[in-house]
Amino acid sequence: MKRFPDGLIAVVKRDCPTCAAIEPALAQLAARGAPFTVYSQDDPAFPAGVRGVADDRSLEVSYRLGVQIVPTLVRMKDGKEEGRAIGWNRAEWEALSGMRGLGPGLPENRPGCGSRTEEPGMRHRLAARFGGVPIQSRKIEIPDEADAIELCYDRGWSDGLPLVPPTLERVLAMLEATTRAPDEVLGIMPPDRVECSVEKVAVNAVMAGCKPEYFPVVLAAVEAALVPEFGLHGVLCTTNAIAPVVMVNGPVAKRIGMNAKGNVFGQGNRANATIGRALQLVVRNVGGGRPGEMDRACFGTPGKYSFCFAEDEDDGVWESYAVEKGFARGASTVTLFTGDGVAPIIDQVARSPEELVRSYAPCLRAIYHEGQVADVAAFLAIGPEHARVFYQAGWTKRRIKDELAPLLQVPVGSLKRGFGIDDDVARLKAERPDASVPKFKTGSLNIIRAGGSAGLFSAIISGLGSITINPVTKEVRP
Amino acid sequence: MTELLDPTSERAPLARPRIARPQSLGGRTVALLDIAKQRGDVFLGRIAELLESRGVRVKRYRKQRFSIVAPPELLRQIRAECDLAVEALAD
Repeated sequence: MKRFPDGLIAVVKRDCPTCAAIEPALAQLAARGAPFTVYSQDDPAFPAGVRGVADDRSLEVSYRLGVQIVPTLVRMKDGKEEGRAIGWNRAEWEALSGMRGLGPGLPENRPGCGSRTEEPGMRHRLAARFGGVPIQSRKIEIPDEADAIELCYDRGWSDGLPLVPPTLERVLAMLEATTRAPDEVLGIMPPDRVECSVEKVAVNAVMAGCKPEYFPVVLAAVEAALVPEFGLHGVLCTTNAIAPVVMVNGPVAKRIGMNAKGNVFGQGNRANATIGRALQLVVRNVGGGRPGEMDRACFGTPGKYSFCFAEDEDDGVWESYAVEKGFARGASTVTLFTGDGVAPIIDQVARSPEELVRSYAPCLRAIYHEGQVADVAAFLAIGPEHARVFYQAGWTKRRIKDELAPLLQVPVGSLKRGFGIDDDVARLKAERPDASVPKFKTGSLNIIRAGGSAGLFSAIISGLGSITINPVTKEVRP
Repeated sequence: MTELLDPTSERAPLARPRIARPQSLGGRTVALLDIAKQRGDVFLGRIAELLESRGVRVKRYRKQRFSIVAPPELLRQIRAECDLAVEALAD
């Protein structure tokens, strides 16, 4: 649009009782002949006492002036703003207009109403239409009669489920949930080794169905994925079944309504479902990691649609995973690790911690193969009814790991070759045939709490842990 | 008209012409890259034997781990020292 007219500008709407009340004052200003333009947000026939009211039902002028309250009176000179009065205040209006005796009979002061620019979702629609926003992604125009969801499929952006079409308004709303600039590069995304910007993550988070308040968690998950120690390249192209698993700790989990309790690894929670999905869509669309191409998984796992949950920190007895890793209590973090599925452990009889670890041990030893010790990792999720047994006995997570350790030894005679440890296995079998070795290398068995309050269960999320694939934790930043 | 934002990296794939196949291996040096996958070294060992029996020079290289991409220095070194490369994937 061309620049604002010089003189006074008033922005009003009929729906605002204050605007209606000050109609005589607006008529006074219009009648004196000095440059004065009234913009009406909802009805160009209002105010009736002013001739030539400008129609701003598109809200372009209101948006460009940054009007948040109506009435707003602005004085412009040479296209620049010289002063502004918000709501009705006789002294301010008189000072701004240089006209005395405005609105006789009106109170000295009367607050205005919300501008239509402040209606829910309106700001992003207006920013998309008029904003000159700093978005760099290519815009793809589709005719109104086309089905945007089908177009997303046709373009190859989908994981198989319908996507939310990434319109500019939705992406702007997502970007508003972070203080980080859209062009900030989070890192280099494999397998195509391309820069991954905050903006591209936002586009994919929209498609995944994320609410904007989830976005800082999605960003932390992507950041964690791009730390070399996580080994995303290997995780996404391996023939193994693993998916990146997103675990959230700290207050953000409750703030955005994540599930840490019943059906924790299952369906039905928007945050759990869409945050994990957003990460996988970034891998697919930004990194180019697609099944059948660089993703060479033999089986894959349903977790590759989304595998995301929060640790249950409600009991206050055990330290959370994040605190164990040195993060402050009260910090919100995202931990990324690899997992190929959930294997439940059922023991409805044990009432002592010793019995429980004896139940866990053979299940943990069986991961991948009873003789497999190379690159095995697991997160053991202890359900509330099992956790209570440990609490009553005063056992910590550390104590459980210590008690498990001697039960998680694999006899050298049954070691399985593979994963690049053939030489080690051959040497051990020759030199120490009667010895045993730990199933898990130090740090590759972790314990967390999750799950519903009914059921004497725990569960194993098995995955890979190696010199190139490790859990990574990142703090959630605003 | 609706506008969607492109969620991809917007990279245009770069089609590079293949290097012409050599008419013969005479006087060439062949890189054998072991990516550290199980038994890849066995396969490459046999390839080396066959090449050397035909008088072809062979140089062996090894990646630390199959799950990471080859470091750029290693690729540069192979390009500087060899004319052809064979990479083994095995299990």
